[in-house]
Amino acid sequence: MGSKPRLMGYRRENGAMGIRNHVIILPLDDLSNAAAEAVAKVIPGTLALPHAFGRLQFGEDLELTFNTLIGTGVNANVAAVVVIGIEPKWTQRVADGIAKTGKPVAAFSIEGKGDLQVIQEASRVAAMFLQDASGLVREEAEMGDMIMSIKCGESDTTSGLGSCPTTSQAVDRWVAAGGTVFFGETSELTGGEHLIADRCIDEACRNLFQLTYDNYIKVIESTGANLLGSQPTQGNIAGGLTTIEEKALGNIAKTGSVPVVGVLKPAEAPDPKKKGLYFMDSSSAAAECVTLMAAGGAVIHLFPTGQGNVIGNPIIPVLKLTANIKTANSMTEHIDLDVSGLLRYEYDLTKAGDMMMDVINQTVNGRLCKAEVMGHREFTFTKLYISA
Amino acid sequence: MAITPPQYLLHHDGDNVAVAMMDMQPGTLHGRSVKEGTESTAVLNHAIPLGHKFALTDIASGEAIIKYGIKVGLASAAIKKGDYIHTHNMRSYRWEASRA
Repeated sequence: MGSKPRLMGYRRENGAMGIRNHVIILPLDDLSNAAAEAVAKVIPGTLALPHAFGRLQFGEDLELTFNTLIGTGVNANVAAVVVIGIEPKWTQRVADGIAKTGKPVAAFSIEGKGDLQVIQEASRVAAMFLQDASGLVREEAEMGDMIMSIKCGESDTTSGLGSCPTTSQAVDRWVAAGGTVFFGETSELTGGEHLIADRCIDEACRNLFQLTYDNYIKVIESTGANLLGSQPTQGNIAGGLTTIEEKALGNIAKTGSVPVVGVLKPAEAPDPKKKGLYFMDSSSAAAECVTLMAAGGAVIHLFPTGQGNVIGNPIIPVLKLTANIKTANSMTEHIDLDVSGLLRYEYDLTKAGDMMMDVINQTVNGRLCKAEVMGHREFTFTKLYISA
Repeated sequence: MAITPPQYLLHHDGDNVAVAMMDMQPGTLHGRSVKEGTESTAVLNHAIPLGHKFALTDIASGEAIIKYGIKVGLASAAIKKGDYIHTHNMRSYRWEASRA
């Protein structure tokens, strides 16, 4: 490799390093989407994050929604947060969770005031937050300061041959440089889960991984449904993948060769002192998974695809790479890196890894990825069970 | 690395399936294994699209399909060397409720 690239990011109040500088308008619940979106219209440059849930959830499912909301606000790509909810108590709980980082947060609730008054009050604060955020300056960053996440989608057989091994290169280099990486997609390890278990750093990690995996699969299998067409998906099948096991081995091919140092719950942040590769219990649905990983603190995401998934995220860049020449040629507005040359033996895996790192470095330093340019901002919650 | 682009790839030597690297017509193809770099030729019996699989050996119904050196499914029908392999003749061995 050549000289060490210069990386520049935004150092947040709590020391976390971000690569974007969003001021977000975060609705607590579905009812508050309209006001949040209105604020983002009044103050262009702020970003509303509408979503479908937040009412009458309970227990572990409610906790996950809180953790997703708070984690999104805490994410180092976010400079400041306006939280808007229907009632004050849960709204304040989310705002307080985010405020622990020291970043600017304000909470507004709609009951007793109505949307219009809240939009006016929240817009005044959002305007101030945006102006202050715009004055922040990027400073020198290290890979070790940042969390990267990985998850593939609309995979096909070229994923396991090209785009996932290329991602592996980036994972190994990121971890070697002292950084942290998340992978997940619990059900999509099926048939290769023993390979992940073997890479767990100690017995406690291995047991927790196995328990997490077994619990997820129990839920899926207890339905008795025919999963073909769901996992692998119709897109996977169109791309030549036949079974979950075949898909899983392609998925695992992107996780590098480093040990698994920990197992995270959905949206859980890792111990900042313990760097390395973490498994996060998560759905394999793209938007759900990336939303959870961003809530856990990932600031950049690598997304290998075969048939051409178009997912993005509102607060973190989602970089797409493919080794499928047809996808690379037909979906250029979505694909950040074409590594199909790897399968034609035009270059080797180390070179593909170098190409990947170049795109990562540019993206860290502020160049928009294709999903950001195309306005893909999927913010999708994982729901564990029915609401009350 | 002046290597002619392979028409098919297998992950490991010993895998009994290979993946087409372009839309292929029946005939004799040249390919290689990714891990070991072993070059080979194989006969394809059916037209298959880029990314789809064909058999490198005869595989009896119920026998393992091996890719990445690991069992990734079972033949759900008798498969001849060179045959197209997909949901019509291969199934998961882990998820019983996952079959065409």
